[in-house]
Amino acid sequence: MAKKTGSFLDNLGKIYLMYTGAFLLFVVGLGIGEQMGLSNKMIGYMFMFCTIGVYALIGVMSRTAKVSEYYVAGRSVPAFFNGMATGSDWMSAASFISMAGAIYALGYDGLAYVMGWTGGYVLLAVFLGPYLRKFGQYTIPDFLGARFGGHAARTIGIIAAIVASFTYLIAQVTGVGIIMSRFLGLDFQIGVFVGLGGILVCSMLGGMKAVTWTQVAQYIILIFAYLTPVTVMSYKATGVPVSEIMYGQVLQKIDVREKEIIADPKQKEVWDLWKKKADDLSADIKALPGSLDAKKKGLQDKLAALPADATAADKEKIEKDIKALPNDAEDAKEKWTAAKTDAAGRSKPMKPYVEPFARLDMKNMLALTFCLMVGTAGLPHILMRYYTVPSVKEARTSVGWSLFFIFLLYFTAPAYAAFARNEILTTVVGAQFANLPSWIASWGKVGLFKVVDMNGDGIVQFAEMIINTDVIVLATPEIAGLPYVVSGLVAAGGLAAALSTADGLLLTISNALSHDLYYKMINPSASILKRLTVSRILLVVVALISAWVATFRLTIIVELVAWAFSIAAASFFPALVMGIWDKRANKTGALVGMWVGFLSCVIYMVGSRFYGLDIWGIKTISSGLFGIPAGFITIYIVSRLTTPPPQEMQDFVESVRIPKGAGRAAAE
Amino acid sequence: MVQELKGLDKEKLQAYWSYNVKLTTIVMVIWFVVTYVCSFFAKELNSFSFIGFPFGYYMAAQGSLAIFVILIFVYAFKMNKADKDYGVEEEEE
Repeated sequence: MAKKTGSFLDNLGKIYLMYTGAFLLFVVGLGIGEQMGLSNKMIGYMFMFCTIGVYALIGVMSRTAKVSEYYVAGRSVPAFFNGMATGSDWMSAASFISMAGAIYALGYDGLAYVMGWTGGYVLLAVFLGPYLRKFGQYTIPDFLGARFGGHAARTIGIIAAIVASFTYLIAQVTGVGIIMSRFLGLDFQIGVFVGLGGILVCSMLGGMKAVTWTQVAQYIILIFAYLTPVTVMSYKATGVPVSEIMYGQVLQKIDVREKEIIADPKQKEVWDLWKKKADDLSADIKALPGSLDAKKKGLQDKLAALPADATAADKEKIEKDIKALPNDAEDAKEKWTAAKTDAAGRSKPMKPYVEPFARLDMKNMLALTFCLMVGTAGLPHILMRYYTVPSVKEARTSVGWSLFFIFLLYFTAPAYAAFARNEILTTVVGAQFANLPSWIASWGKVGLFKVVDMNGDGIVQFAEMIINTDVIVLATPEIAGLPYVVSGLVAAGGLAAALSTADGLLLTISNALSHDLYYKMINPSASILKRLTVSRILLVVVALISAWVATFRLTIIVELVAWAFSIAAASFFPALVMGIWDKRANKTGALVGMWVGFLSCVIYMVGSRFYGLDIWGIKTISSGLFGIPAGFITIYIVSRLTTPPPQEMQDFVESVRIPKGAGRAAAE
Repeated sequence: MVQELKGLDKEKLQAYWSYNVKLTTIVMVIWFVVTYVCSFFAKELNSFSFIGFPFGYYMAAQGSLAIFVILIFVYAFKMNKADKDYGVEEEEE
C-alpha cells in the first residue's frame, strides 16, 4: 500500500496531465458527435455522468482505513496540488455561476467580491496557514481546544464550524440541483440526490485523501469550462483571444454606449414608468388594508360583469389574478414593499459601469471587501486544507498556489461581465421586439431573462429587461455562437465547482462531529475502526439532511451564505490569530472574545435585517465589521485582566511559531 | 510537543520572530494600500488609463489580485530562507 501511494505521489504531474488530455479529447469527441447529430440532451447526460463517474472512481481508488489519510490526506499533498485542491474547494457554485453576474449588475462596486475573496488569502498566508500546519492536528476546533485548554473552546469551535459550513453546504447542494435540472431536465429533487451520490462515494470511502485528489480533478474541469467561452468571445469581438486584457477596450465601448442610452428620451420614459409603479405601490401600502379589499372587489366585479359569451380563458385569467393577490394585509405589506423596492431600484437612471461607488456607497463597499477577506481567512474548510501538506515550508508556498489558481478564475470574471454587458447594451437594447437574438428566447423559457415592452414602442429599452444575472455565465456560449458542447462544458464546470465545495464542507462538518465531539469529548478510547465508522455514518447523515433542507428551496439560503462569512470572520478569526500571535491570550479571554464577536455580529445581522437597526449606514451583509474588532479587543483586554496562561502554554505558542519539529507531527 | 524548543538559543528565537513580525507588517501595509487606499481613490485613479482600462477599475479587478499572489510567494520565499538563517528550519526526512 505504502509503495503504491508513493508511486502515485511521485507521478502526480504525469497522471493529471494525462487526465487533462483525456478530458480534452472527451470534449472534442462530443463536439464531433454533435456535428454528426448527437442530441443536446445526450451531450448533457454524457457530461454529467462521465464527470461524476470519474469523481466517484477517484473516490473508490483513494479509499482508506488510516486515520491520518482520512482526516488530512496523510499530510502528503504537495504545495502545488494542494493549491489546486484549495482552489476548487474554495470556488463554489456562486463563484462560478453568479460572481460575473454580480459584477455585471454592480459595475465597479461588484469588484468587492473579487478583491474580498482573494485578499483574504494574504491574511491566511501570514497569520494562520503555516502555524496551523506546524500545530499539525486534524481540525480547527483541535487548535482551539489545545491552545485555550479544554472542551469549552473546542465546543464553540464545533458550533461555529457547523453553523458556517452547513448554510454554505445547502447552497452548494441547491446549486447541484439547479444545474442538473436546467441542463438535463431532471426534476430538482432527483438532481440533488444524483449529485449527492457522487459526493458521497467520493468522500465516504477516502475522506480527505479522496476529496483532495477529486478536487484537483474538479479544478481542471472547472477552469477549462470557465475560460473557454469568454476566450472565444474575446477573439470574436476583438480579434485577440485574451479576454482579460481585451476587455479594457470593451469597457470604453460600454461607456460610449451608456452615454447614448442615458441621453435617449425613450429610455427615460421607461424609467419614469418604473417610478410611477413604485409610487402607486407605496400609495397602496399606505392605504392597507382598504387597498387590498378594493383590488379584490375590483377583480370580482370584473369577473361578475363578464358577458355570458366570454371564453373560459378570460374567466380563468381573472380568477388567477384574484388568487395571485396577497392573502391578508400583512402578506400584502411584505409583498408590495418588496415590489416597490424593486421598482424604485429600476426607476433610477443608469450610472456609468466603471464609476466607483455608484451602486454601493464607499463605506459599504470597503466594509464588504473587509468582511469577505477576513471571512475567507476564517472558514474552517479552507483552513483545514493546510493540514494536508508535508511541511510548514510547503504550507507557505501552498497558499500562494491556492491564490494563483483562484486568481485565474477571478480575474476573468470581470471580463465575462464586460463582454456580456457590451453585448446586451448593443444588440438587445434598441432591438425590435420582433427581432430579438435567439439566446434570449431560450433563457427566457427558464425564467432567467425577461423583456416586457412597457412603453409599447416595439423597441427594447434598458429598463425593460429583467435579468437574473446568472445568465451572464450560462448564456455566454450561445451569445458567442458556440456549439452546444461548450454549454455542456460550462454545466460540467459549474457542477464541479459545486461538488468540490460541497465535498470539503461535508467533511468539515462530519469531522467536527466525529473527531471533535465524539472522539475528543465523548469517547476518547474509541478504536480507529470505530472512529472512522462513526465518521462515515455521520457523513451520510449530514449529506442527507442537507439534501432534505435543500429541497425546500428556501430563498433565505443565499443570504445566509453571505452571513456565514461574517460569522466565521467574527468568531473564528480573532481567536485563531490571537492564539498564535498573542502569547498572553488565555482561555477566559478567548471564550469571552469568541462569544462577543459572534453575538455582536449576529445581533447586528438580525437587527439590521429585520428590525431597522442601523449604525453608520452599514448593510446587513457587512455585519462582521463590528464583530471582528469586538472579538479582537475583547480577547486582548479580558486576557490581560485575568491570569496569564501557564508556562507550558507559552512554550506551546513558541513552538507553533517555528517550523522546526513539524515533521514529527506528520509522522504521528 | 515542545521538545523542539530545547537547545535553541532564546535570543535567536526572539530575532527570528521579530524578523517575521517585520515582514508581516510590510506585507499587511502593501495589502492595505492595494485594497483600501486604491479603492478610496478609485474615482481619481480612473482618470488615468492603463492598457485601455480606467486605472482605478483595473486595480480593483486585476492589479490588486496579481499583487496579492506575488506578495504571498515573496513572503513564503523570504520566510523559508529565514528558517535556515535562524536555524529553526524543519528537519528533512
